[in-house]
Amino acid sequence: MSSHEGLTIKSTIDGYKNKKFSCEEITKYFLDNIIKQKQLNCFITETPEIAIRVAKNIDNNFCYSSDKCMEGIPIAMKDLFCTKGVRTTAGSKILENFKPFYESTVSENLWNAGAIMLGKSNLDEFAMGSANTTSFYGNVINPIKIEKNLVPGGSSGGSAAAVAGNLCIAATGSDTGGSIRQPASFCGIVGMKPTYGRCSRFGMIAFASSLDQAGTLTKNVQDSSIMLQAMCSHDPKDSTSSKNNIPIFSTFTDIDLKKKKIGIPLEYQIDGLNPVIKKRWEEVSEYFKKKGTEVVEVSLPHTKYALPAYYIIAPAEASANLARYDGIRYGYRENSDSLDELYEKTRAKGFGPEVKRRIMIGTYVLSAGYYDAYYIKALKIRQLIYNDFDEAFKKCDLILTPTTPNVAFAIGEKQNDPLEMYLNDVLTVPASLAGLPAISVPAGLNEDGLPFGLQIISKPFDEKLVFKAAKFIEDLHL
Amino acid sequence: MSIDNSTVKKIAKLSKLEIDSSSESQMRDELNNILEWVDTLQQVNTDKTEPMLSVFNESMTLREDKVKIDNDQDDILSNAPEKNSGFFVVPKVIE
Repeated sequence: MSSHEGLTIKSTIDGYKNKKFSCEEITKYFLDNIIKQKQLNCFITETPEIAIRVAKNIDNNFCYSSDKCMEGIPIAMKDLFCTKGVRTTAGSKILENFKPFYESTVSENLWNAGAIMLGKSNLDEFAMGSANTTSFYGNVINPIKIEKNLVPGGSSGGSAAAVAGNLCIAATGSDTGGSIRQPASFCGIVGMKPTYGRCSRFGMIAFASSLDQAGTLTKNVQDSSIMLQAMCSHDPKDSTSSKNNIPIFSTFTDIDLKKKKIGIPLEYQIDGLNPVIKKRWEEVSEYFKKKGTEVVEVSLPHTKYALPAYYIIAPAEASANLARYDGIRYGYRENSDSLDELYEKTRAKGFGPEVKRRIMIGTYVLSAGYYDAYYIKALKIRQLIYNDFDEAFKKCDLILTPTTPNVAFAIGEKQNDPLEMYLNDVLTVPASLAGLPAISVPAGLNEDGLPFGLQIISKPFDEKLVFKAAKFIEDLHL
Repeated sequence: MSIDNSTVKKIAKLSKLEIDSSSESQMRDELNNILEWVDTLQQVNTDKTEPMLSVFNESMTLREDKVKIDNDQDDILSNAPEKNSGFFVVPKVIE
């Protein structure tokens, strides 16, 4: 059975084609691993019956094609994507018993492409967190150096840990300020957030609608390009779903990096950046130079304002999005004789502390008298950050940065001060605010053997180039 | 700008979140910490900058004005904590 350990999307499909193993065998192997690694707490809901049923169907009628690029691939579905008839919690008590009667577009696209759902993966409550410690269903343990009890990052922590721990071949994630890239960095895997609008938000439980974007968590860059292909589509059910042409992402290999320029933003050399990560960032830019890619310095002068602007914009949108959880139409309810009291009690009991904090902040910055000073100010800063990238991309095609200032920390650390947790996303939030595609690709280990990633950001809709540069870093085998 | 306990109460009311008086002060301190930190934005001159509501700059399509029945009443009510005869049930709101 251990021969299945390193399976990727590509090698699994090759194995099916050559009849090396059956889809049922592979699916059972991963279901078995999920049971053995229960202590990692990667899944909120497991769906073995669905997985086996779909796997048997695929064995009887295996038909790999470009439309079926995920044929027979067992995946974890972040529990933020609504799945028809399967409990969808968003990591919250308030949705503990919620069974959607519709399917999110992203998950539907994946099932149509042949993917198999092993279960719904754990996440920070409503995707608000950077360590998977705000989940009502308990924290996830990073499978790397399991004895150290480290966080997997967040909010897509269950997805990232499931991929890194070999509990699935790939997983979906969603990224609002770094929720795919940061856990990918902490777990030593590839995490890709495409351009805002590439993946439909229909059926993806909303956190901050102008920022939320689905993406992939995979073992390597090629898998990411395959899985993203299956997820992207124009969707009339999402008013901000892009009508832009969707290229064949896996043909990124045809791009010649020698004709491209890589920008290094000086503002990302922040205080507190781990020296090992900083050194590796410099080394990788040297490798690009040796390859013949021109490397230039670029400036993104408003970088330091991105995180505070994000912590106004995201909570503001969240406070509006989460108003729907009222205990009337679905979800948890705390009964009372008065309607207002029912709302207040339901929400006080149904939401955890971080979600409540963000609703409170969001409500405050949108309230009369503070709207201009906070919310409008933050939106103006967002424009300046967007303009910074626009200027930088006149001088280069890609931007190379670290993904996270540091490696994974222990569960229980950074819990006392919310601000300390927020700082995890300092390097990923700017690309989110600008809606740009960005990937985290593993770039080595620190002295304790803990992984970290480098981030590559491109212009909108240039995901292929992002994959190409990420593949270059992957092939360095750092 | 710093907020006091009565502001915390007011925001909680607007947020429809019950907050017990023992956690008011903690919430006040946490919110003040966050607000103090985001105040760094005031250093930036944005007089000539327009607020950016969304990065999405494609034209939006209007859907056809046609009646479509996507959802079934039973489906919609299936997750309701309390329902009766095809309705969601709420506490009495009219005297």
